[in-house]
Amino acid sequence: MERSVSYGGNDLNLEATELRLGLPGSDEHEKQSSPSARTSNKRASPEVAEESSSLSNSNVSDARNSDRDSAPPAKAQVVGWPPIRSYRRNSFQQKKTEADGAGMYVKVSMDGAPYLRKVDLKVYKSYPELLKALENMFKLTIGEYSEREGYNGSEFAPTYEDKDGDWMLVGDVPWDMFISTCKRLRIMKGSEARGLGSL
Amino acid sequence: MDFSLPTEPMNHKRKNPDPSPDSDESTTQLSSPFPDEVLERVLSLLNSRKDRNSVSLVCKDWYDAERWSRTHVFIGNCYSVSPEILTRRFPNIRSVTLKGKPRFSDFDLVPPKWGAYVHSWLLVFATKYHFLEELRLKRMTVSDESLKLLAFSFPNFKALSLLSCDGFSTDGLASITTHCKNLTELDIQENDIDDKSGKWLSCFPENFMSLEVLNFANLNSDVNFEALERLVSRCKSLIVLKVNENMTLEQLHRLLVLAPHLRELGTGSLLQELTPRQHSELKSAFNNCKNLNMLSGFYEVTSIFLPVLYPACTSLTFLNLSYAALRSDGLSNLLVHCPLLQRLWVLDSVEDEGLEAVGSNCPLLEELRVFPASDPFEDEILHGVTEAGFLAVSYGCKKLHYVLYFCRQMTNAAVATIVQNCPDFTHFRLCIMNPRQPDYQTNEPMDEAFGAVVKTCTKLRRLAVSGLLTDLTFEYIGKYANNLETLSVAFAGSSDRGMECVLKGCPKLRKLEIRDCPFGNAALLSSFRKYESMRSLWMSGCKVTMDGCRLLAQEMPRLNVEVIRECGNDGFQADKLYVYRSVAGPRKDAPSFVLTL
Repeated sequence: MERSVSYGGNDLNLEATELRLGLPGSDEHEKQSSPSARTSNKRASPEVAEESSSLSNSNVSDARNSDRDSAPPAKAQVVGWPPIRSYRRNSFQQKKTEADGAGMYVKVSMDGAPYLRKVDLKVYKSYPELLKALENMFKLTIGEYSEREGYNGSEFAPTYEDKDGDWMLVGDVPWDMFISTCKRLRIMKGSEARGLGSL
Repeated sequence: MDFSLPTEPMNHKRKNPDPSPDSDESTTQLSSPFPDEVLERVLSLLNSRKDRNSVSLVCKDWYDAERWSRTHVFIGNCYSVSPEILTRRFPNIRSVTLKGKPRFSDFDLVPPKWGAYVHSWLLVFATKYHFLEELRLKRMTVSDESLKLLAFSFPNFKALSLLSCDGFSTDGLASITTHCKNLTELDIQENDIDDKSGKWLSCFPENFMSLEVLNFANLNSDVNFEALERLVSRCKSLIVLKVNENMTLEQLHRLLVLAPHLRELGTGSLLQELTPRQHSELKSAFNNCKNLNMLSGFYEVTSIFLPVLYPACTSLTFLNLSYAALRSDGLSNLLVHCPLLQRLWVLDSVEDEGLEAVGSNCPLLEELRVFPASDPFEDEILHGVTEAGFLAVSYGCKKLHYVLYFCRQMTNAAVATIVQNCPDFTHFRLCIMNPRQPDYQTNEPMDEAFGAVVKTCTKLRRLAVSGLLTDLTFEYIGKYANNLETLSVAFAGSSDRGMECVLKGCPKLRKLEIRDCPFGNAALLSSFRKYESMRSLWMSGCKVTMDGCRLLAQEMPRLNVEVIRECGNDGFQADKLYVYRSVAGPRKDAPSFVLTL
């Protein structure tokens, strides 16, 4: 989605020219995790305010769609709309990665694979469902979870990065808690995986 | 400015009290039936601003008695009066409330460094109000230097409240906590702070015990928990404690055990795994909080956690869940335990079903605010609340009088039914998030909805409109909204006539804020005398030009007519206009991009 002004005030839309690994269009969630912006709570940059006059008049007509059945078009951003204080708006970014709402897509990497995938955690109701989907996606066997042994019996171990940035074994915490703390998934392979399993 | 100034010069001398107690003598003196002292004593019992303003207009004696006995002053626009004028008129002030920037600065419509500096006020207060005890600021720019000045200038200083302010860092807070020996209240809310560290909390001296209110939910840096624990255990009068997100459940438990007499609690993050023993300990701690009437915080909450709170909810009157992306089941299970709830703030993640639970469980509800859980411009799937949720609440909550509702669709019929169910609205703020969206069922403008609101809700004081609106909406508002004081308008109206109708009607209008509407010079100039009876007018993204603004400035010399100039502006359009009455004359501290005409 074309975005020349963002609420965070830190995007100049350079992503289009950026070189990176990963499939195109798989970057929606990269932007949300900007911890420095969050903790310092600094005000949005002046560019945001200056653009308001041109944006507010010209782009609003695009936003006028009343037909519920059609897919919503890419809505134009209007500065300061909807009228929510910037303090509250900052907490939007957190909400997107953690809780209910528009699906919870997280990246899944597998050691040795040439590119990453994305899964929507909201689609699954439990660990077995998720693991089955991962097994299908990557054509491998992860096996059964056991509290004592992890995923013994397979050379793969599913892990996830939580809010604190730690890599955890998938399956230890209740499902609800898992989906709200999981930021990305990584399927570890080989000796690294076995190391985890024998903990 | 919320006190009335007479047009004649003020009498600064305080009259000597009439020494004669003899009633015969006093009846022959027509000018002063009461000794000044008695009059002052009586007037000191008056707390209402409106009453005090009326009193001050009766006669000179009463004006003087009132000004000597006033201890609290409220200034709705810091540029409407100067600190010198204020301190000359009211010599005995102990408590000041100051508001600064126009409200639309909350939505990034006012550039940084616009003004509203508290420092120049503090410099004057330091000499004239040595006994100042309370300072409450909203949308002001506060520097660390200002906070240091505050900490050193007022030995009796007790209460500091900062809401939506900017310009300071946690170093400034450290000055307050280190030096204000009599501090009872430190309330830091929704500010743009440079959050360097949590050391400010550790600066409270070890023998400091007077704190009653502590709110640092705004601050993300970790504080020293042991210092906080010691502080809470020393401050036996603590009744409000709102911690930040980083506080764990274990820490919250320890604090609750120390302060079971809390009336208002703001939790930290609720996303932790608890052992069964921790779970029951926490539940028991909440059970011991018999006085709790407000709960907030709830960062990262999951439904599994909420039952821990149920014992504390029986006396809750205010529940702020606006940072918790709860779903409808989590909310309804919680609300069953909150029968006395009067104020509820939620996110639209609870959806219409959650609001149905509100209607069913909260018969005493007076205020409801529903905020969007995610950025509607980025959300790919439509969630949130609709007219159905609002309707459900109106059927169940007959005492509802304050609503702030962000929704994705609305109909005229629904709003008409809602106000029939709840005719006592004083604050009706409806935000249909897609600009200019019509009634989704009939495809008509939303004029009749707001027409119904103003016709039915005779006590309406504050109104925010949205959706597709023609001039008809404003005809209704001008004609029927006789008690309306604040009106917020965005992306609405068809022509100048709309704004003209509002300015010609609405006898009690005080604040009018407009963005992105087709109102131009004709509308601006149609009733320019009205602006002197109002606090302020804001117009941005409309059709007024610099010439129109200059004309207004010429006609009304006692108004400040300010235009905010942006880069790339052609010098013809007045893109952001701010007009307000003032006895202090034009601003002396305006930045280069603010033109006073």
